[in-house]
Amino acid sequence: MIGGLFIYNHKGEVLISRVYRDDIGRNAVDAFRVNVIHARQQVRSPVTNIARTSFFHVKRSNIWLAAVTKQNVNATMVFEFLYKMCDVMSAYFGKISEENVKNNFVLIYELLDEILDFGYPQNSETGALKTFITQQGIKSQHHTKEEQSQITSQVTGQIGWRREGIKYRRNELFLDVLESVNLLMSPQGQVLSAHVSGRVVMKSYLSGMPECKFGMNDKIVIDKQGKGGSSEDGGKSGKQSIAIDDCTFHQCVRLSKFDSERSISFIPPDGDYELMRYRTTKDIILPFRVIPLVREVGRTKLEVKVVIKSNFKSSLLAQKIEVRIPTPLNTSGVQLICMKGKAKYKASENAIVWKIKRMAGMKESQISAEIELLPTNDKKKWARPPISMNFEVPFAPSGLKVRYLKVFEPKLNYSDHDVIKWVRYIGRSGIYETRC
Amino acid sequence: MTDSKYFTTTKKGEIFELKAELNSDKKEKKKEAVKKVIASMTVGKDVSALFPDVVNCMQTDNLELKKLVYLYLMNYAKSQPDMAIMAVNTFVKDCEDPNPLIRALAVRTMGCIRVDKITEYLCEPLRKCLKDEDPYVRKTAAVCVAKLHDINAQLVEDQGFLDTLKDLISDSNPMVVANAVAALSEIAESHPNSNLLDLNPQTINKLLTALNECTEWGQIFILDCLANYTPRDDRESQSICERVTPRLSHANSAVVLSAVKVLMKFMEMLPKDLDYYGTLLKKLAPPLVTLLSAEPELQYVALRNINLIVQRRPEILKHEMKVFFVKYNDPIYVKLEKLDIMIRLASQANIAQVLAELKEYATEVDVDFVRKAVRAIGRCAIKVEQSAERCVSTLLDLIQTKVNYVVQEAIVVIKDIFRKYPNKYESVIATLCENLDSLDEPEARAAMIWIVGEYAERIDNADELLESFLEGFHDESTQVQLQLLTAIVKLFLKKPTETQELVQQVLSLATQDSDNPDLRDRGYIYWRLLSTDPVAAKEVVLAEKPLISEETDLIEPTLLEELICHIGTLASVYHKPPSAFVEGSRGVQHKRLPGSAGSGESVDSPDTVSAAGVSEAPPAVIPSQGDLLGDLLNLDLTPPTTSGPPPVPSSGMQMGAMDLLGGGLDSLMGDESEPPPIPLRTDTPQSPQLSHQSPSPPDYSPTELGGDLGGSPAMGAAFGAPPAVMPASFSAPVSGGLDDLFDLGGGVGMPMGAYSPPKTIWLPAMKAKGLEISGTFARRAGVIQMEMTLTNKAMSVMTDFAIQFNRNSFGLAPAGPLQVLTPLSPNQTIEVALPLSTVGPVMKMEPLSNLQVAVKNNIDVFYFSCQYPISMLFVEDGKMERQVFLATWKDIPNDNEAQFQIKDCHLNSDAASNKLQGSNVFTIAKRTVEGQDMLYQSMKLTNGIWVLAELRVQAGNPNYTISLKCRAPEVSQCVFQSYEAILKN
Repeated sequence: MIGGLFIYNHKGEVLISRVYRDDIGRNAVDAFRVNVIHARQQVRSPVTNIARTSFFHVKRSNIWLAAVTKQNVNATMVFEFLYKMCDVMSAYFGKISEENVKNNFVLIYELLDEILDFGYPQNSETGALKTFITQQGIKSQHHTKEEQSQITSQVTGQIGWRREGIKYRRNELFLDVLESVNLLMSPQGQVLSAHVSGRVVMKSYLSGMPECKFGMNDKIVIDKQGKGGSSEDGGKSGKQSIAIDDCTFHQCVRLSKFDSERSISFIPPDGDYELMRYRTTKDIILPFRVIPLVREVGRTKLEVKVVIKSNFKSSLLAQKIEVRIPTPLNTSGVQLICMKGKAKYKASENAIVWKIKRMAGMKESQISAEIELLPTNDKKKWARPPISMNFEVPFAPSGLKVRYLKVFEPKLNYSDHDVIKWVRYIGRSGIYETRC
Repeated sequence: MTDSKYFTTTKKGEIFELKAELNSDKKEKKKEAVKKVIASMTVGKDVSALFPDVVNCMQTDNLELKKLVYLYLMNYAKSQPDMAIMAVNTFVKDCEDPNPLIRALAVRTMGCIRVDKITEYLCEPLRKCLKDEDPYVRKTAAVCVAKLHDINAQLVEDQGFLDTLKDLISDSNPMVVANAVAALSEIAESHPNSNLLDLNPQTINKLLTALNECTEWGQIFILDCLANYTPRDDRESQSICERVTPRLSHANSAVVLSAVKVLMKFMEMLPKDLDYYGTLLKKLAPPLVTLLSAEPELQYVALRNINLIVQRRPEILKHEMKVFFVKYNDPIYVKLEKLDIMIRLASQANIAQVLAELKEYATEVDVDFVRKAVRAIGRCAIKVEQSAERCVSTLLDLIQTKVNYVVQEAIVVIKDIFRKYPNKYESVIATLCENLDSLDEPEARAAMIWIVGEYAERIDNADELLESFLEGFHDESTQVQLQLLTAIVKLFLKKPTETQELVQQVLSLATQDSDNPDLRDRGYIYWRLLSTDPVAAKEVVLAEKPLISEETDLIEPTLLEELICHIGTLASVYHKPPSAFVEGSRGVQHKRLPGSAGSGESVDSPDTVSAAGVSEAPPAVIPSQGDLLGDLLNLDLTPPTTSGPPPVPSSGMQMGAMDLLGGGLDSLMGDESEPPPIPLRTDTPQSPQLSHQSPSPPDYSPTELGGDLGGSPAMGAAFGAPPAVMPASFSAPVSGGLDDLFDLGGGVGMPMGAYSPPKTIWLPAMKAKGLEISGTFARRAGVIQMEMTLTNKAMSVMTDFAIQFNRNSFGLAPAGPLQVLTPLSPNQTIEVALPLSTVGPVMKMEPLSNLQVAVKNNIDVFYFSCQYPISMLFVEDGKMERQVFLATWKDIPNDNEAQFQIKDCHLNSDAASNKLQGSNVFTIAKRTVEGQDMLYQSMKLTNGIWVLAELRVQAGNPNYTISLKCRAPEVSQCVFQSYEAILKN
């Protein structure tokens, strides 16, 4: 199991050092600094073995988190734990920065003591932790006996993510379907790979211990129901359902029920959380198409023309559109003409950045650039990195639709109809690249 | 409010100030001081001097302060064990606190204080906490047992904590179950055979129930534990799989991968025709793909694991090629791993796409990545035959980019393509040759040289090309030098007329001016080959090469099986077994997949493990069967005639040339009367006569080489003849030395005798220019002897005898020179006994007891092979203790047992035992069951291999049954033959 956990600043100074196992000594702290943080070359692996000691690291802004072990630990678990540790810290004090870590070092030690015992990760749900690990250090002493046992049963219980006795005057929930659409297209416009990775994020403000059921236009479910006989929307559903390649769920979802009935039922945590993640690869609506045209004029000039076409309902508006056209390292000057938005050559990033605030569906726009090059004797050709794009659209490129989210709370006197529900779809660009 | 101020370093006297503050009456000040202490501790300052003052702050109802003090205690208790005792009371008291959080905190911290005295006090509180009414305390206590075990294992066992821990597996609270499983798994790891984790269907059922209810981390502990279980049959296996599959949808990648591990392992037990088997295969792909949308670090771990999974079960991801396409912004470690998997998944169906991608990657920035991409194109060509042509043209395009490292890498892979598809893509050679000058890496240069040598006949200026490399011969790396040597010899064999000078030049560079033994050896081999028998040389050097296989870097199957059992762990990331990077006993136990290796039983039992480890057993014969021919040619036959100095030219290079052309011939042929100083081992310091020669080690001097040459007058003539005649002489039959070599094992079979078999003819006079050798082996007074009769059936006197053995299974080597003191006149016969040692170089032979011998005299070198009875190798101290015998017999797996029948043997058991004893086969015990005598015998070979035997003799039955057990079962056949020979004689 994890033998020790260290947090360093960008200079390699230790901010937090907690050792769990006897086989990890103080020298491990230095070994990581010398061999990884101060190493000359780029990091070649997130797992490093130095003198029979294995170091796992992740970086958050310029803070390094490193877990250390001498055993054959579950590596996946260690990384998951490090991410979780970052989540927990952010939930307590916001951004993970040197200043924040130093300001909260007592709290961090307290957390590390609680969520990692002898190197074994323990309950690390912030909801539960916040009930008894507090920044003030006062609350914990004034619990009544009932409160104490409520805490412990929540920390260890089956529903470790929610406490009993939550009350809201207005029962409300917000559902966000957030998708990032990824594309790799050849210069000729052939889709090399495309997939959507989506998340269903929920904010729930519900009283008591509500039982929820979530439904979407999952092809498997709809096909099943279609067979059942209710052909109410039979013709339509075939088109509107989507094939989900794979999905994963928050630990509140009963996985065995999903496996057998493909229904998503759960008791939600209070507040913000991610209900599920999914991935689709079929019938993706690609919101934009990028058509590049690059021409080399002699050795010292490049002509680039890029056309973008929006490919969705004309009533919808895409926002925050940004096209990034890489330029060679020996670029000396760029002249730009664009029909819409603003374009700029950013020498420090070796790219032309073209920004458009808004663009409706079924439109097209174009930019032309003349790039002057310095003559070079460098034999190596310019690698022509792909043109990448960023945007945000108000629909789900995968075609996913929320069909229902039902809430039952048998013990309290509110019903599904009393809950106010909000649903929102946001499609963003993930890695959306076209080779040129 | 900001705590960061504690990190600022203060001046001297800090400790003193802190001390005062710690002892302050004000609570707030105390707390501040403790915080300062912890901050100092974090940055590595030694604040252990404050121990008593900090411990004094422990008695407090402020929980935050208490935790800080505990943190300090955990750090420093070990360095101040006596003072740590001061804390015990507080711990014991806290363990009784009404607040479960405080009870748990106390027991958790106590376990982290690794001081023996404290540990003793821990037992009682721990016992209570294990039975606490609050699950939070119980789950903490469960882990504490593991902590205590790490400090004092004996104590934990004595106190019966292990049983309590086992009971916790049935606890009502899932988190308690999970922590108990984690603790037990860890303890079990350090006691591989304790059967601590007594996994049976009932406990498995409990674990599977808890799996649905506990935290994500708990699920991982349980799944990792389940993976160690071996289901009784396929039905149980299937039902566990069914209950584990829902975990594949968990958001936590570690839960997913651990579930994959369980499924991959249990799948082994499912019959392949089962519907469920197919369903399961289909279910595995999507979650594995989903792992690739996780954070880059997790992607890396996932990819390393997928690499293993793809090797074990390629069918799972065969349609998922696209997800492994590299993204521009992937970290380099993800890119490299993806590339690896792409190659593994490449097939005819997706090759076009893959190639297009690889070509794209080859233009990227990262040098390592680009190189790997180019290499990948080559591997695609080798893997998917239909794509070879496209791959080659892609590589040619890349060569046109003239990017130096791309060109070099491309040439290296094209060489492999040539190996796989000989005589198919030679049209590209011209393009390759254009880039000759830009190659600066040894591997690329060597590859290019290989290509030129291999296709020398089609490259008009091959000699010029190779000559250009030759100029800086000594500055090249060994790899290039060796390749250049071979290439030029190939060239010479193909175009002898124009390249004679070149070959002489390279041979002399390699043999005389180089300090590298490999290079010198290879140089001499070629030189001798060329001089003795060019036909053989052609056969050897231009032999058809075996085709290279398509998958070159597969993980060795047993390691792969083991790594599959470690999916998700560090072992799977490193692709190494845990024993390679974990110290101590943990993880040393090798895991195996169930149902594999043919035997369903005893999956993790040490028996199977040791069976697998036979080849590692110290006394085993070296397993690799090397290139026999090459090895024999490697012999150093030191020639005797060193007196008549050959015409000594001034430059070494020229001298080599002279020798090759038979310059030393006359002197060698003529000197029959020379007294023979015969060095027998290559490293014997040698004769002073050589002092006039170059400073190279004596036995490699050119004179000797001349000696070898002299053996074949025909050759000498051929070399001396004008070049135009050369081809003719190649086809001429030359002396039989090499013919014999190719004739190995043919007809030389040697019947086994009892103690010493009768002599047989090893080398007929026909084949050895009149020298006939017959001989046998014997063991006399603990010394192995080769007893030979040499007969001169030729017309001239023979002198200067020497003998060498090829490497052989048991390292037999002459222990002294061959004592033929007087010249052997025509028709004279002498007897020689050559004592042998067993410390020579070892190489496994087929059959095992085969021995290849070279004998030389003033006329030539002759090769023959013979077999020795293995009983000759039975040593005098081969009697095993009874107990040891019993234990060893049990310890050697049954797979290693061999049974034979000895027919028509009319001895009773005692007589047999006596007879065998004469040959160092010792009877340890005798048992008589129903008129059948069982003799238990042992013998030990010179290299330390023990052979155990059970000989069954039934009165009146002339057929004996013998069972042999040995860690190196290869020897059994030979031992049986010896038994037969001894008993029947």
